[in-house]
Amino acid sequence: MRTRWVRGRGFDSRRLHLWLSQAQRAGRLRHLQSAGSSSSRRERDTPEQTRTGIGQPFGGSDGASSGTLPELEMGEPTDERSDALPAGTPAPAFELRSTPDQSVRLGDFSSRRLIMAFYPADWSPVCTDQMALYNEILPEFQRLGAALVGISIDHAWCHVAFARSRNLHFPLLADFHPKGDVAQAYGVYDDEIGMSERALFVIDEEGVIRWSQVSPIGVNPGADGILAALESMPAAPVAA
Amino acid sequence: MTAVFERPRLTEPVGERDHVLGPATAPVTLVEYGDYECPFCGAAHATLEQVRQVMGNDLRFVYRHFPLTQIHPHAYQAAEAAEAAAAQGRFWEMHDLLFENQDRLGLRDLIGYAGALDLDLERFVTDLRGHAYAGRLREDFLSGVRSGVNGTPTFFVNGVRHDGGYDVEALLEALRGEL
Repeated sequence: MRTRWVRGRGFDSRRLHLWLSQAQRAGRLRHLQSAGSSSSRRERDTPEQTRTGIGQPFGGSDGASSGTLPELEMGEPTDERSDALPAGTPAPAFELRSTPDQSVRLGDFSSRRLIMAFYPADWSPVCTDQMALYNEILPEFQRLGAALVGISIDHAWCHVAFARSRNLHFPLLADFHPKGDVAQAYGVYDDEIGMSERALFVIDEEGVIRWSQVSPIGVNPGADGILAALESMPAAPVAA
Repeated sequence: MTAVFERPRLTEPVGERDHVLGPATAPVTLVEYGDYECPFCGAAHATLEQVRQVMGNDLRFVYRHFPLTQIHPHAYQAAEAAEAAAAQGRFWEMHDLLFENQDRLGLRDLIGYAGALDLDLERFVTDLRGHAYAGRLREDFLSGVRSGVNGTPTFFVNGVRHDGGYDVEALLEALRGEL
């Protein structure tokens, strides 16, 4: 099973900012909205009122970016499809840094289920919300026999700072050098923006992809799809 | 052009277990998944007071817990305090106190609010220490996850996730659209 989302052909290399500004105007990103009860959408677009990160200020004391988002128009949407590896495909092997001196390999998860969450960038608003959400749901993933890793093209040092700032309890892997190599292997590298797409994979105990989903870059896919996929998988054979 | 995606729907219908304000016969039901330490939820709390006044008996409001414990260290215990107050029939009073005092949610503060509400303090503290409502909080949290709650606050209007803003104007527009 694979869920495919419609992507936009009209997006150029500024797609991330396009999505952010569009979603912000549409009021879709809760944490990009003003907390003020009477503020208009116009007011919400001002940088000083921009928010992100499940209650964390965007560009706040943790040293994130300034919070200024460009006002650009969206391109025309179309039916362009993702090339994400579908269910039934053996998961490509990888070995990536999780910290400057530690590596994580696909083989480390043999005989366990693995959730791979590719995301565009540490610190960005939607990614921050998505990782914080998965951090909360981690016990449920574990109950269903799955480990979780996040993967982006950020360097391991960046991951360390990001994970520390959000109190994340799962590894963030650095697909940094060669840049985006693992995202390419899974069919979810976006060469136009130089980052991975927002993509989820659920891999079974045998190392086979059982579910994948690519979401629009500005949309938090949540965890329902992951949980449904895990619950639909046959229970792992119990070792004698 | 194909639709990008459908808005998620509430997977757990409003029922007996819920904390509800407003008549069961109201034509519009607004469900909030919230976190007592989340500043956006705090802002929404003030907004909702106005929205409820304007909507009157046309609105039924439901609150469910979605504490983000890894970034809001007091959120979980505050939610437990609301449930402990609910066990003594004072959920909404405690709910208001928690949102009105978001930077004072330590255990002593919570006990102070329970005292102000004339609750049975021994029972309240026992409930908190024994995590008597952990099951309910987990049910709320997981029902939110399965319904597409990705952060707080998240609202559902007549069972469909509200992806717009939550200032008075935006909420009223969404709610009146259901009348």
